[in-house]
Amino acid sequence: MMLVKIAALNLFRNTRRSVTTLSTITIGAAAVLVFGGYITYIQYGVQTNAVQRTGHLQVFRTGYFALGTAAPGAWGIDHHSTVLSLIRQDPLLRTVTTVVTPIQSLAGIAGNFDNNTSKTFFGVGFVPSDRDRMEQWDEYGTESRGLKRSGLKDGDLSKGITGIGLVRILGLCSRLHLDHCPPPPAPPSSDFAGEDAPAPLENLADLVSRDRPEADAATSVDPAIDLLAATAGGAPNVVSLQIAGVELQPWKELDDNYVGMNIGLAQNLIYGRGEHKATGIVVQLHRTQDLEIARSRLLALFREHGLDLEVRDFTELNPQYNQIIGLFGSIFSFITTVIGVVVLFTVSNATSMSVIERTGEIGTTRAMGVRRQGIRKQFLVEGSLLGAIGATIGVVLAQIVAYAVNHSGLTWTPPNAGAPVPLRLYMNGAYALMFLTWIGLFVVSALAALIPASRAARLPVVDALRHV
Amino acid sequence: MATLSTNPVVSLTNVFKTYKAGEVDVPAVKGITFTIPRRRFSVIIGPSGSGKTTLLNLIGCLDRPTAGRVIVAEQDVATLTDNAISDFRAQKVGFIFQNFSLIPAFSAYENIEYPLLLLGVSATERRRRATTMLEAVGLADHGRQRPNQLSGGQKQRVAIARALVKEPDFVLADEPTANLDSHTGASIIDLMRRMQEQYATTFVFSTHDRQLMAHADETFTIRDGLLVDHVTGATS
Repeated sequence: MMLVKIAALNLFRNTRRSVTTLSTITIGAAAVLVFGGYITYIQYGVQTNAVQRTGHLQVFRTGYFALGTAAPGAWGIDHHSTVLSLIRQDPLLRTVTTVVTPIQSLAGIAGNFDNNTSKTFFGVGFVPSDRDRMEQWDEYGTESRGLKRSGLKDGDLSKGITGIGLVRILGLCSRLHLDHCPPPPAPPSSDFAGEDAPAPLENLADLVSRDRPEADAATSVDPAIDLLAATAGGAPNVVSLQIAGVELQPWKELDDNYVGMNIGLAQNLIYGRGEHKATGIVVQLHRTQDLEIARSRLLALFREHGLDLEVRDFTELNPQYNQIIGLFGSIFSFITTVIGVVVLFTVSNATSMSVIERTGEIGTTRAMGVRRQGIRKQFLVEGSLLGAIGATIGVVLAQIVAYAVNHSGLTWTPPNAGAPVPLRLYMNGAYALMFLTWIGLFVVSALAALIPASRAARLPVVDALRHV
Repeated sequence: MATLSTNPVVSLTNVFKTYKAGEVDVPAVKGITFTIPRRRFSVIIGPSGSGKTTLLNLIGCLDRPTAGRVIVAEQDVATLTDNAISDFRAQKVGFIFQNFSLIPAFSAYENIEYPLLLLGVSATERRRRATTMLEAVGLADHGRQRPNQLSGGQKQRVAIARALVKEPDFVLADEPTANLDSHTGASIIDLMRRMQEQYATTFVFSTHDRQLMAHADETFTIRDGLLVDHVTGATS
């Protein structure tokens, strides 16, 4: 305790230098914490988006995740309603899950044959009410929305939603009252087509017109597109979809291709009159920390019932999640390293100056009987104390900055999200980050003082006493 | 309490000390042999560069001889490790420096208390001894003041109290009045003499101060690293 008292007294013998050093440590600590709080917020935001879209876990037929996406119809889960019941009724899973719902992936051609345009699409069929419940998941209070409410109803198989890019390409902007839609270019010349050969779109239009009810185009309030896909058996099938809403997707390729629809419609398209399967079962949990418990239980359940199913988590389903976290983690490591080095040199310099100024005093105390390690310890304690005080003030400063930012009303659009969300710094509860930052700066400061402290300890007493 | 032994407090036998100045050997002490008796007021005098401070450093165990034997408080200091010598100094030797060398961050009281802290004396005992010593040097009302709030004479009084508070076997004082005016210097000499008698301890000085020499029980004259004279009794 006496050492600490002496160190504190010594620190303020050169107030300006100590304040400068403390400022460096304080700003360093605050910078690490504020950026750490920002990254934590990013991580939670991206995770929230991912979990809202894909749930925490998805169950597939074994092999689908690696091989089956090209032909989702061929990889459907047999008797998926039985599997759903199994999961929903499991006592453990029932307590940790919020939503357990089937999805059907599909791909094909979307056409607006009134406009003579078509476009490949990929889409997903879902249970609208389940999707809306998934959209409410916000474990971390980020207010981040990876999804908007679809506006679809479980019993209405005629409607769906699309990406904005898709309807733009299909020439439906004006009917959907969308802004920023450029006029479609003039149709290309058909010089190279034989006169007798019918255009492919005309063939598709014929197919569609055979399948579409006569009244559809005339009576529907929402504009409709036609979706052509191969059934599980390989035959072409077409359904009509009224666009109940459009939803900006997080990246362009998805936005230009996305179609979401009621799972019943997707199943009609893929399975026709055959057994309606599902390509996946989405499991959303109350808390992310239960993910491994839920995964283990699901796998155990499938083993018990002889089901050949695999379970993938949201980081596998959203590869960009780990990339984003990794990117921010790298930036954080870089910034932390730079701050650590700056603090190291600042404290080392301050301690070195202190040793030079107090050489005579070192000689006096050594003459009075202080051992070499006593001198070393003294300067180490002074460096550590600088680190402790600076880091403590830095933690407080970071809290103040976080409070100011969190109440400033600033917004931003996070990666993988379609709409701006409030900018937050997640400091509350980031105790591990605070503790590690504090300890890190404390240790760096102590290490920075080590070399000058050792130099002070090695000074011959008579030389130190002669120092003026 | 100081030891009641009658053996000399310091015994030097054919002691040499040579410093390296670059490639050159500079002999500072060239084979000095003498003893300093206990409970005396002993003075080492000599011109500048004669080796007084080097001799004092050897006696105070701040430096090791190049050759010869130094026995201090019945301990051959050559056999001690660096830590042991530090502990030895903490227990046996008090220092008074020409430039006072008080610790600036400490108050007068804390400066006096500090050697007791190094010896692990209990807080109660530290308080008692430091307060007594502060009163003995006439600074009872200045205990809270920092060195920069004290005059030169007051600083040296604190230094004397600091040297004596641990009741060492002997006190080494390197030109203790050199930075003081003659009036203050005289009062400091009186104080040291009084304290030496009161605490029955041994004082060893190096000095040019004739006032101080006049109070000496033993006077050792050094010139060019050699002991050239030893007088028992005060010189004038």
